Amino acid sequence: MAIEVRIPTILRTYTGGERAVESSGDTVAELVESLESAHPGIKERMVEDGAVRRFVNVYVNDEDIRFTGGLETELSDGDTVVILPAVAGGSAVRGAARRPA
Amino acid sequence: MLIIDRAIHDAIIDHARRDHPDEACGVVAGPAGSDRPERHVPMLNAAMSPTFYEFDSGDLLRLYREMDDNDEDPVVVYHSHTATEAYPSRTDVDLASEPGAHYVLVSTRDGAHESGPVDFRSYRIVDGEVSEEEVRVVDGYADVPSSPHESSPHESSTDQRATS
Repeated sequence: MAIEVRIPTILRTYTGGERAVESSGDTVAELVESLESAHPGIKERMVEDGAVRRFVNVYVNDEDIRFTGGLETELSDGDTVVILPAVAGGSAVRGAARRPA
Repeated sequence: MLIIDRAIHDAIIDHARRDHPDEACGVVAGPAGSDRPERHVPMLNAAMSPTFYEFDSGDLLRLYREMDDNDEDPVVVYHSHTATEAYPSRTDVDLASEPGAHYVLVSTRDGAHESGPVDFRSYRIVDGEVSEEEVRVVDGYADVPSSPHESSPHESSTDQRATS
């Protein structure tokens, strides 16, 4: 089952410069594992402590997976997954800036 | 060096002043590979905080899709600091994820949100390394070399702050 995954600039070092790759999985978690097999190192940039990193956004067909079940979000053939690092920052130290979702 | 049109430069400062004391944020997109900031896109600071900014995740997706469709890069990524200097914080450096972008910081501290000069500085942030760069404000890009694109809406081409 083919899923198109759009890769942000900062992660293209793992995909040989490719802006989009094809991968597979029944859930986002499985997709991340498939990506990791093909592009070692990419998982660590996306996932931390069993969840998507706080400052990485993953969308399945335009829905942020934070609102659809996180890594357990289900995938179907032909879905499009977009990975985008958050555009964020600010004068606060990061710990202080974190807030409950 | 960041070369930026005066109208966009001023619009970024206006945005920072308007949102003070919260941090303001946005991008200036430009034709892919041109390094020319042409399309100012002020973004909502979803954190609505005086010490933190973050694009809303839905807005972020729409913005990147739009840039993809237009074949644009985020040439400038900007935000304001409202009580500290216009220099990237540790958080800014940790979260910087566009190695090709000019990271612009403006500071509205010390009453600059109401009057007086606003610090407007630009940096490259790559792999955790910050390097400040010169900012050149121009009245239109017509005379600026190095881009195949000809789309400056600004007519006045004199009064440039620096040449050569």
